[in-house]
Amino acid sequence: MTTDIGLWGVPLAILGGAIRVSTPFIFVSIGEALTERSGRVNLGLEGTLVFGAMSGYAVAYHSNSAWVGLLAAAFFGLIFGLVHGYICKLPKVNDIAIGIALMIFGSGLAFFFGKPYIQPVAPHLPAISLGWWSDVPQVQAALRVNVLFIAGIALALAASWMLRNTKVGLTIRVAGDSADAARALGIDVNRVRLWSTAAGGALAGIGGAYLSLYYPGSWNEGISSGQGLMAVALVIFARWSPINCAYASLLFGGAGALGPALQSVGVTQGYYLFYAAPYVLTLGLLIATSSTTRAMTSAPGELSITK
Amino acid sequence: MTTEAGLASPATGAIKAETAEMLGRRLDAIFLPLAALLVGMLIFSIFLLFLGKSPIEFFQIVYKAGFGTSFSWTNTLARAAPLLLAALCVALPARLGLVIIGGEGAIVLGGVAAGAVAMLAPGLPGPIGIVGMALAAAIVGGAWIGGIGALRHYRGVNETISSLLMAYIAIALMNHLVEGPLRDPASLNKPSTSPLPDAWRIGEIPGVGVHWGLAIGIIGCIVCWLLIERTTWGFAARIVGGNVKAAQIQGLPAGLLMIGFTALGGAFAGLAGMFEVAAVHGSANASLAAGYGYTGILIAFLARHNGLAIIPAAIVFAGFEASSGLIQRRLDLPDATILVLEGIVFITILLSDALQDKISIVKLMKGDRT
Repeated sequence: MTTDIGLWGVPLAILGGAIRVSTPFIFVSIGEALTERSGRVNLGLEGTLVFGAMSGYAVAYHSNSAWVGLLAAAFFGLIFGLVHGYICKLPKVNDIAIGIALMIFGSGLAFFFGKPYIQPVAPHLPAISLGWWSDVPQVQAALRVNVLFIAGIALALAASWMLRNTKVGLTIRVAGDSADAARALGIDVNRVRLWSTAAGGALAGIGGAYLSLYYPGSWNEGISSGQGLMAVALVIFARWSPINCAYASLLFGGAGALGPALQSVGVTQGYYLFYAAPYVLTLGLLIATSSTTRAMTSAPGELSITK
Repeated sequence: MTTEAGLASPATGAIKAETAEMLGRRLDAIFLPLAALLVGMLIFSIFLLFLGKSPIEFFQIVYKAGFGTSFSWTNTLARAAPLLLAALCVALPARLGLVIIGGEGAIVLGGVAAGAVAMLAPGLPGPIGIVGMALAAAIVGGAWIGGIGALRHYRGVNETISSLLMAYIAIALMNHLVEGPLRDPASLNKPSTSPLPDAWRIGEIPGVGVHWGLAIGIIGCIVCWLLIERTTWGFAARIVGGNVKAAQIQGLPAGLLMIGFTALGGAFAGLAGMFEVAAVHGSANASLAAGYGYTGILIAFLARHNGLAIIPAAIVFAGFEASSGLIQRRLDLPDATILVLEGIVFITILLSDALQDKISIVKLMKGDRT
């Protein structure tokens, strides 16, 4: 079974890598899209992601079930979201600054409690083999898809439908586009934003648990390399649409898989520069899609980062 | 800004009231962050109690390791040096309303620039070499963060996100350079640039026992305070920070100010990297990414982006960080303990801004008068 597929291994490895690397992006960016649609920015998702990774791993280790770990990560993510949402309800508080503070606090708390869990091995989340039809091991490896990836795609569709067609979705959008209009309709803007931020936090927690419970699949202090933050930029690029978030996540995942894929075929020159590819891509897209003169298309009207 | 209003007022009685209010505001500006720091420490103490650790012992160790002896002061002040410069990289743009959190990138690249200069021309005499390293670090750091200001002004790119992304890019760039083109073949375990020539190393301030980075950091803070509070540029910057559109209608060069202030902040952060290389490590390597840029954010917010207030704030957090090792050994707590404390204090500082109007000496005084 040692079929030599030569350089075809690179695009295959990138495809497989894109699916593996993109999954946490899908969850975090859809979460952030929900929060931003309600008119608030949560930069603290980076800290939430790291705490989700730690708590998910720790609980999975103790309960011996990756699913219980995932649930715990979502719960703690929800709590972080609630903290952000509650503090932002106070007058004169800047949501961006609170996000930075929670980023430091979340990572600090995760490193604090995570020390004993760097060594032990926790159960992993299951994967499904979609490459059964092929004999080529590389194809099979690329198409071993984690259940969370499939759940993420389903979530993108569901969130998109929810925002467009349900009363909850409309409420979130009104709160995000015009606080005055929302108040005129009798909507409690702060409450909508509080729960949108909480939902975003829970999804970021799940994204973090994926990191520690599937890929790379262990807990350490360097587990997140800014995914939580890149997701915020990604949401802008995706124009606040959950389905676009999923596409953008795949693109970012592919960029992130570039370095390891090239390394696997022996290209080691400039490894660190390939490692920077997702950040350069994010920055490039951010520059290309921002503008000083026109308001961004489909940006929620109340959002502080696009004003 | 109360000063200008007070002087413009014609009646002497009004001037008196204005002076009292100004004094009250000054007191508020000191009292509220201090209260926030103490409340943060109190919440952290409760956190420690839950874990069965003694907060009293914790703060005793912090005091002893950070401020108790002349040796610990030396250690604390050496850590304060890069923090002062890193905080300026946050505080200067903040006066224009920009939240830049990627100072770490400028620190790292400033350090690499210094190391690169030493590799390119190691034959130059010491003083010229040091000036060359400082210039290179300031220019690279200034261009890195100034570029973020330019992107914000010309393209409307959110500076908070772009600065953090650029910090990750800077660290990747440093790893690439230090492990590739700039690597000293003799550095085996930890890839580094070639060691600086001895004459290029920056020594200690006589009688203090701390390298010159501390002096430059303190001078930088004072210069920035003067720049913002006492010059027309600073006044213009504060107007831009209040309302960009109004400032532009007044004919203020908002773009130039944004790029200038971010570049100046980046230059200070670049210098922080240079001092880490020339006074502490002796060559540029991955130790440059030590998180000074992130602690600098917290210090700038605690100091409310006031240059003079940055000095004590940086010393307090340098002391906290200096005690980290002893806390790990004595209390059997992980090294992230200080990070938790910093996160809690950051949150309480931001909360104190929300309470600004409720707990205020100015308000108390006004209440007395009516």
